[in-house]
Amino acid sequence: MSDLILTSNIDGADDFYAELLATHEGLETGDSHALNARLVLILANHIGDREVLSQALRAAKLKEEE
Amino acid sequence: MNKIFETPLYPYARHADEDAPVPARHKVIVVGAGPIGLAAAIDLAQQGIEVVILDDNDKVSFGSRAICFAKRPLEILDRLGAGQPMVDKGVVWNLGKVFFDDRKVYDFNLLPEEGHQRPAFINLQQYYFEEFLVNRVLELQAEGAPIEIRGRNKVSAVGTHPDHVTLEIDTPEGSYNLEADWVIACDGAGSPMRAMLGKDFVGRVFEDNFLIADVIMEADFPTERWFWFDPPFNRGQSALLHKQPDGVWRIDLQLGWDIDKEREKRPENVIPRLKAMLGDDVEFELEWVSIYTFQCRRMEQFRHGRVIFAGDSAHQVSPFGARGANSGLQDTDNLCWKLKLVIDGKAPESLLDSYDIERIHGADENILNSTRSTDFITPKSEMSRMLRDAVLDLSEHYEFARPLVNSGRLSVPCTYDGSPLNSADALNGPERTRPGSPCPDAPLGDGFLLPKLGDKFTLLTIDAEAPDVIEEDGIEVTRLALSVKDDPTLALKERYLGDETSAVYLIRPDQHVAARRASYDETLFRAAIRRATGKE
Repeated sequence: MSDLILTSNIDGADDFYAELLATHEGLETGDSHALNARLVLILANHIGDREVLSQALRAAKLKEEE
Repeated sequence: MNKIFETPLYPYARHADEDAPVPARHKVIVVGAGPIGLAAAIDLAQQGIEVVILDDNDKVSFGSRAICFAKRPLEILDRLGAGQPMVDKGVVWNLGKVFFDDRKVYDFNLLPEEGHQRPAFINLQQYYFEEFLVNRVLELQAEGAPIEIRGRNKVSAVGTHPDHVTLEIDTPEGSYNLEADWVIACDGAGSPMRAMLGKDFVGRVFEDNFLIADVIMEADFPTERWFWFDPPFNRGQSALLHKQPDGVWRIDLQLGWDIDKEREKRPENVIPRLKAMLGDDVEFELEWVSIYTFQCRRMEQFRHGRVIFAGDSAHQVSPFGARGANSGLQDTDNLCWKLKLVIDGKAPESLLDSYDIERIHGADENILNSTRSTDFITPKSEMSRMLRDAVLDLSEHYEFARPLVNSGRLSVPCTYDGSPLNSADALNGPERTRPGSPCPDAPLGDGFLLPKLGDKFTLLTIDAEAPDVIEEDGIEVTRLALSVKDDPTLALKERYLGDETSAVYLIRPDQHVAARRASYDETLFRAAIRRATGKE
C-alpha cells in the first residue's frame, strides 16, 4: 500500500505553477472552476490507487483526522 | 539627522577639461555614479584602463533603496576590493517567516551551502554600498590608478560615431564637451542616456504601488525576513519586514493601484499603518519613506555601438527577489574584461556582442522570476487568487506546498547556457560547473578558491597536468594547480569533479567556466581560448 506524497515532488515547481496559471488565463471564473474539476478527475485517474485518493481527499480538507 | 546621504562625497570641482580648446578624449566614460557605474569604473581602472565617471549629483543615493546583496555580487565585489566592508557592515540572515491572514503558516532556513567564503545574503543600505565603492575609487586614485569621478556633471547631449562618442556636459559653471572611445551608461531606470539615444524600453508595468519605509526602532524582532500575505493590518495586500544595520528596519507595504501617492507618503498617514503592523507599544522613528510603482522590462539590445548600457538603465525588474543591483553587478562583471581586451586590441570588437547575448539571457531570467513572484503576491484574477490562497493554506500543513509559495526567488547568478563563448562540455562532471556557469566557491585549507580566480583567464587543473602558462594570440592564461587533497571537506571534488578523477577548466576573468575536460589537450584548449575571446 502506498502513501500520499506530501513532501515536495515536482521538479521545476515554479514552472508548473506558471503553466497552471497560464492554463486559466482569460477564462471566466465559472469556466476556471470547471477546468479545475476536470483537472482533479484527470489527476485522480492517473493516481488510480484508491487508498492514496482517499488520503488526498482527507488532506485537502486541512483537518487533522485520526 | 546627519546621514551619509546628505553629505557631498564627490563635490563639483572645475576640471581642466572644461577649459580645453578642443574636447578632451577619454578611454572610457561611465555615466552615473550609482552602484553599477562605480563598480564598472573600479573594474576597468584596476585593469589599467583610464576611466572618468560623470554623475549629475554629488552624494550617495537617498534612502535605503537596494538592500539585499546576494553571494555572487559579494564575490564580484571581492574582486573589486570592496567585498569585505560590505560583509563587515551588512546583516547576515538565513531565517524567514511567512504569514497568511492572521497566522504564521511556516518558517524557513535558507540553509546556505557550506564551503563558501561569502554568505548567501546580506542586508545593507544602498548608501553604504555606494560609500564603500566611492572609498575604493579614492583608494585606487591614491595608488595612481587612472580613475576620476566628477560630481554635478550632467550629460545633456550625446553624439555617436563609429569610433567614439561625444558628450555635452552641464556643470554648475557652464557646459563643456568630452569625447570617449567607449561610454558605459549606468544612469538608472529613468536613464537620460537611453532617452537621448531614442532607444526602446518596453515591458510590463505592474498596476501597483508600494510604500517603502525605513524605520529606526529598538525592537527585539529577530534578524529574519518576515513576509505577510493578506494581513489584517494591510487587508488584501502584502507586507515585508527586513532588518538592516544600525537598528534600521525596512518595511514594504503594498498599497494597491488607485491611491493618492502624495497623501499616502505623509507621516500622518504612514505612521498609523506602521503602528497597525508593529503594535501600538513599539517606539519607532521614520527615517525615509518612498512610494514606487515597478516595471519589468528591458532594452532590446544593451550595446549600441560604442555606448553600452548596464544595470537598471538596461533592464528593470520588480523588487521581489533582489534582482536589481545584484544583476547590475553581474552586467559589469561580464562587460569589463571584454572591454579591456577590445581596448587592448587583444580581441575583436564583436566580443562585446556576447555581453548582449549573455546579459540579456540573465535579464530575461530575472524578469521571468520577478514577474512570477509579482503574480503570486498580486494575483491577477479570482482564480489565481484562489490558487494562491490554496497554496498558502496547504503550506501551513504540508511541506510540498512551501516551495510553491513565491514572495521572491532570491537572486542567484545565471549560467550562460548556449553562449557563443562556451566550448562544448567535454567532462562528465557536475551540472553546476558546466560551461557558462559561474564558478562555485570551495574551501582550500588556507583560504577559498574564488579569490584565486578572476581578472585574467585561468586554467584550473585538479589532479591533472598542464603547462603553467599558455599564450594564445595575445591572451595569457595562467594555471592554478589544485588537488582534491587541497580540500579535506571534498567540496572541491563534489563541485568540480563529480565522479571524474581529474579535470581541467578554462575559467574566464569573470569567474565563469568557458571549457572543461578530464585532461589537458593543447589544441582543444587553444581553440577554447580563441572561442572565449570571440575569435572562433
